[in-house]
Amino acid sequence: MIRLRAALAAVAVLVPAAFLGVFFLYPVGSILVRGLGADGLDRLIELPGRASFRSVAWFTLWQAVVSTVLTVVVALPGAHLLARRRFRGRSLLRAAATVPFVLPTVVVGGAFLALFERLGLADGPLRLTRTAWAILAAHVFFNVAVVLRTVGTFWEGLDPRAVEQARVLGASPAQAFRWVTWPRLWPAVAAASSIVFLFCFTSFGVVLVLGGPTRATLETEVWRHAVFRGDLASATALALVQLAAVVAMVVVTNRLQRRRAVTQRVVRRALPPRASGRLLAGNLALLGVVLGLPIAVLVERSLTRANVGGFTLDHYGALADRVNLLPVSALGALRNSLVFAVVAAGLAVLVGGLASVVVVHGRRAVARAFDLGMMLPLGASAVTVGFGMLIALDEPPLDFRSSRWLVPVAHALIGVPFVMRIVVPTLRGIDVRLREAAATLGAAPARVRREIDLPIAARALAVGAGFSFAVSLGEFGATSFLPRHPDRLTAPLALFRLLSQPGQALRGQAMALAVVLMLVTAVSVLAIEGWGRRGTVRGDL
Amino acid sequence: MTGSGTGLEIRDLSVAFDGVPVLSGVDLTVEPGEVVVLLGPSGCGKSTLLRAVAGLEQPTSGRVSWDGEDLTGVPTHQRGFGLVFQDHALFGHRDVAGNVEFGLRVAGIAAEARAHRVARSLALVGLDGFEGRRVDTLSGGEAQRVALARSLAAAPRLLMLDEPLGSLDRSLRERLTAELGVLLRRLGLAALHVTHDHDEAFALADRIAVLGADRVDRIGNPDEVWDDPGTVHAARCLGHENMVTLDDAGGCALGRLGDGPGTVLLRADRLSVGSPDDGVAAVVAATVRRSGRTVARVVVADLEVRVPVDESMRDLRAGDPVGLVMGHGAVVTLRG
Amino acid sequence: MLRFRSVSSSVGLAAVLLTGVLLVGASACGGDAATTAVPLSSGGSGTAEASSTAEAPATTAAPTGPVTLITHDSFWVSEGTLAAFTEATGIEVVHQTAGDTGQMVSSAILTAGDPLGDVMFGVDNTFLQRALDADLFEAYESPALSGVPDELQLDPSHRVTPIDFGDVCVNYWIDRFGDPSDGNASDGRLAAPTSLDDLTDPAYADLLVVQNPETSSPGLAFLLATIAEYGDGWEDYWAALRDNGVVVTAGWEDAYYGEFVSGGGDRPIVVSYASSPPAEVIYADPPVDTPPTGVVTDTCFRQIEFAGILAGTEHRGAAELLVDFLLSPTFQEDIPLNMFVFPALAAAELPQTFVDFVELADDPHVLDPADIEAHRNDWTERWTEIVLR
Repeated sequence: MIRLRAALAAVAVLVPAAFLGVFFLYPVGSILVRGLGADGLDRLIELPGRASFRSVAWFTLWQAVVSTVLTVVVALPGAHLLARRRFRGRSLLRAAATVPFVLPTVVVGGAFLALFERLGLADGPLRLTRTAWAILAAHVFFNVAVVLRTVGTFWEGLDPRAVEQARVLGASPAQAFRWVTWPRLWPAVAAASSIVFLFCFTSFGVVLVLGGPTRATLETEVWRHAVFRGDLASATALALVQLAAVVAMVVVTNRLQRRRAVTQRVVRRALPPRASGRLLAGNLALLGVVLGLPIAVLVERSLTRANVGGFTLDHYGALADRVNLLPVSALGALRNSLVFAVVAAGLAVLVGGLASVVVVHGRRAVARAFDLGMMLPLGASAVTVGFGMLIALDEPPLDFRSSRWLVPVAHALIGVPFVMRIVVPTLRGIDVRLREAAATLGAAPARVRREIDLPIAARALAVGAGFSFAVSLGEFGATSFLPRHPDRLTAPLALFRLLSQPGQALRGQAMALAVVLMLVTAVSVLAIEGWGRRGTVRGDL
Repeated sequence: MTGSGTGLEIRDLSVAFDGVPVLSGVDLTVEPGEVVVLLGPSGCGKSTLLRAVAGLEQPTSGRVSWDGEDLTGVPTHQRGFGLVFQDHALFGHRDVAGNVEFGLRVAGIAAEARAHRVARSLALVGLDGFEGRRVDTLSGGEAQRVALARSLAAAPRLLMLDEPLGSLDRSLRERLTAELGVLLRRLGLAALHVTHDHDEAFALADRIAVLGADRVDRIGNPDEVWDDPGTVHAARCLGHENMVTLDDAGGCALGRLGDGPGTVLLRADRLSVGSPDDGVAAVVAATVRRSGRTVARVVVADLEVRVPVDESMRDLRAGDPVGLVMGHGAVVTLRG
Repeated sequence: MLRFRSVSSSVGLAAVLLTGVLLVGASACGGDAATTAVPLSSGGSGTAEASSTAEAPATTAAPTGPVTLITHDSFWVSEGTLAAFTEATGIEVVHQTAGDTGQMVSSAILTAGDPLGDVMFGVDNTFLQRALDADLFEAYESPALSGVPDELQLDPSHRVTPIDFGDVCVNYWIDRFGDPSDGNASDGRLAAPTSLDDLTDPAYADLLVVQNPETSSPGLAFLLATIAEYGDGWEDYWAALRDNGVVVTAGWEDAYYGEFVSGGGDRPIVVSYASSPPAEVIYADPPVDTPPTGVVTDTCFRQIEFAGILAGTEHRGAAELLVDFLLSPTFQEDIPLNMFVFPALAAAELPQTFVDFVELADDPHVLDPADIEAHRNDWTERWTEIVLR
């Protein structure tokens, strides 16, 4: 009905398309072609016949599905709390939930192992250590934030009168949820689930550290074949299977989301009710167990000396000094990470924002291509992307492989799907009559975008920016594959380096760095979202 | 915005959704300063007509023009037509002032002038000082006034109102209808107002257009259309209740009212009840009080007719025998 | 029906998208593939052409830079060490890191012919043959090699130059054991293990943690040590280890910081490095005088790290100078306390803290790199079947 002006539409389409094409499709295509040339095709054909492949493929799928379901189940009550209740420390909880996201898997793995030990789950009949359950638990820990926040944001915008109506008609809270809330909430849940699924489907560190040596996913197998066995052909075959599964998954969830777009309207609304003590306590207890305990273990480790006891702040003090394992001090690495994260979040918001507009308002074919294509980086293995960039981006005008900005670009690739998964449902949810009203008041289509869509989407953009920022702060895989100047060490890499040598001082410093990384993330996300809120403070949805 | 010119002209306008015609061949004009009310039941395409005029729907054929200028292909935002939506479509991310000033800001008017005009528009709708309120704290009536102020502030050459009062309670609706009428007259604004409420239509309209299934059934000034609705459908829309089907000879329980088979309207305002000796003998089936006036349902053989009852006879009870008196012009022949 | 059709059209779209990309990719890298033509696992030797290119630039004037040094992430030297090279030669060094050793070698193979830098440091004897098979390096015989023991010089045609070496050995937490010289009886405590055989002794049941050789470099080194020790009997040895309750982790970090006593775990024996004890002292917190861990020297596998001039370099002269510098006393003596390995240069002086706590195996296990490369995938697969299934 309302058409994008040609020039504007071209920019909106070309910028994300070029970004994805140059930094993802072309590199990944290059490495796949290279691998297929080296017997990859034969390996691909052999794969289904191999029992080891079938079990890896099955386990990859199984753990991803179960992890996703568990994550949704654990996060939904919290999402309800954030969306529909008022309580002290609400925004703090939102920010804190993002924290696990940035933690390197090595650290989280260690924290979980220690936690299992302390809870008596390391051995015996209830053993969790080196089981699939440990993987699932860690996946829930990492991903609760995704559901909590994307669904929570969407939920907040739903008209509460529908539920009130259902309650008046005699529905119990559970029935009202089942028959009224859930059908409208579903697109957001699908969006969040697809992200969680992709994360778990391509999980790497968690599987290696917590699953024990017998458990492998397609992602770890791609890495093992490409890096350890030098078998590019097999790695390519596996990467293709992984990519195909990801494409299929994204196509299906995209359809689910499209089918159920819900319009949000402005309704007269009193302040949300205060959370009852029981509801609040129940939720906090759940999140406390899932999110709090592992973090508490980390904090404790950063404040104590192993095998000695007693509290100390020395590990934190040491962060400012460079140890000779690292080219810069841990704080220096943190500063690098922050710079990269700012750039990555900016890129992700720009590209993801434009792509979202195209998905919602663009021509159908282009919209679908974007909806699918932009999600792929989330489901591609770090090996594929990292190596692909190495071999593809080596010649002018695309001679980027030694550029320091390749790191934030790689991070932004992963941030874009987050931005889109949050912004697209919001844009779809904008009452079409708001745009029509603006048009009858004399606003041209571009102006309508700027005056209606942008301010309403600003909050969603800010949430997306916060996620991209956090993703960038914590990203390890792709970063480790890109050549870089040692001074540009990122915090997760520094943390990994600190843990690569024995020595209690190094270990303590690594834990302190992990805690500081968490704090920085929480504060940054709070700040970014605060800014997003301010942009629409004159009555945001 | 009165000015010269011919105002809005809709010619042979058709709109179809997925091939199903919603409007076919609608003709309608709104002259400068004139208030035309589109009256019709739910789902007859009234809103679609407004949206097509605003450029929000693509007509399948026909054209909309203003002062003789064809508007086909002119995008919504360049038409200069205001539209007030039924549930107001206020911008939730802006406060009241932010909503009202929207059209002015889009037009590039300076902040100071905007503030002035916002205040004036709000004053027009009786919401002085509401500038800083969040829109989700407004009551239904307030929200609708803000929506009206928002459209007025943009100084449209035509104001369209899509059942703007439909969701309000009766007394508020009646009050706002009166206010709106006064306001439109005062501003001398061309207006196209959609409603399904005939009382509202009569209160506001210079002319009433009754919309049938997909076209205009009857158009004229309120008295003309009341006196001679033309069709059964229009009669019903306008609030007439006594439609009588005639037999082949044009007769019914009240006698011979026509020349042949068909439907006639008995205008309630030309009927009265008197003592059983007057007019046709009838029996009261029930009485209903409406806004202080009494209406009796009286039965003559198999025919039931609603008749307003004089104040002196308001004690009528069911079963009382009365006489039904048809005044001059009480019988109006209808088509269809 | 409708639903099905839409799904398939979306899939079709995805296919078109991917095909387009693949075509672009194919046309874009066709050129590369044709000129470099590096099959990943061909056994052919590139010595002849490598040495011919080696002579070409030698005739030109003073070498110029900048020269780019590619290393793994674990490479670090004191501040100013690389600057010393620039001071002496006027050539600027650009240092780039490229992940761990496996990642670095893999990316070098992928970019062979169009290298990311001029000199690569850090390929070790477990990855050496793969790098050589891929013709990654140009031959260069540094004059400084005269000071390097022969047993470190694994490539007779000098495509790579040994820079440092270190051992992967079984480590143990001293407090958990009695003095090995006392035997088992003295204070009633189990003596620390002294050999690979000890580890299969039921007395040491459930004490050992090792790394998966398919995912960890020290894990692979330890597997190679057992193969060097037992020959074909290695499979039985590992079956015995498995029966004795060995725990396998994916990486060194999870083993040392997850399962081993040092990181709060409860296993007192771990596969780590010969240099782990000095690190435990240097990075101790609170400070200690002696390391809490010891090394079982009979279990060591020697890892040698090499540097090589990457084929396709445009700074051959500068690259040669840089390789010479890596073998210079300035650099060599800086190695131990930064990378916790031994300098290749026999005459290099070792820092006292390092010497005090490092036990260097007299007769470490070694295997021919060609042997390693030829059998490694078979070995690790067999290992997986024996230990993990």
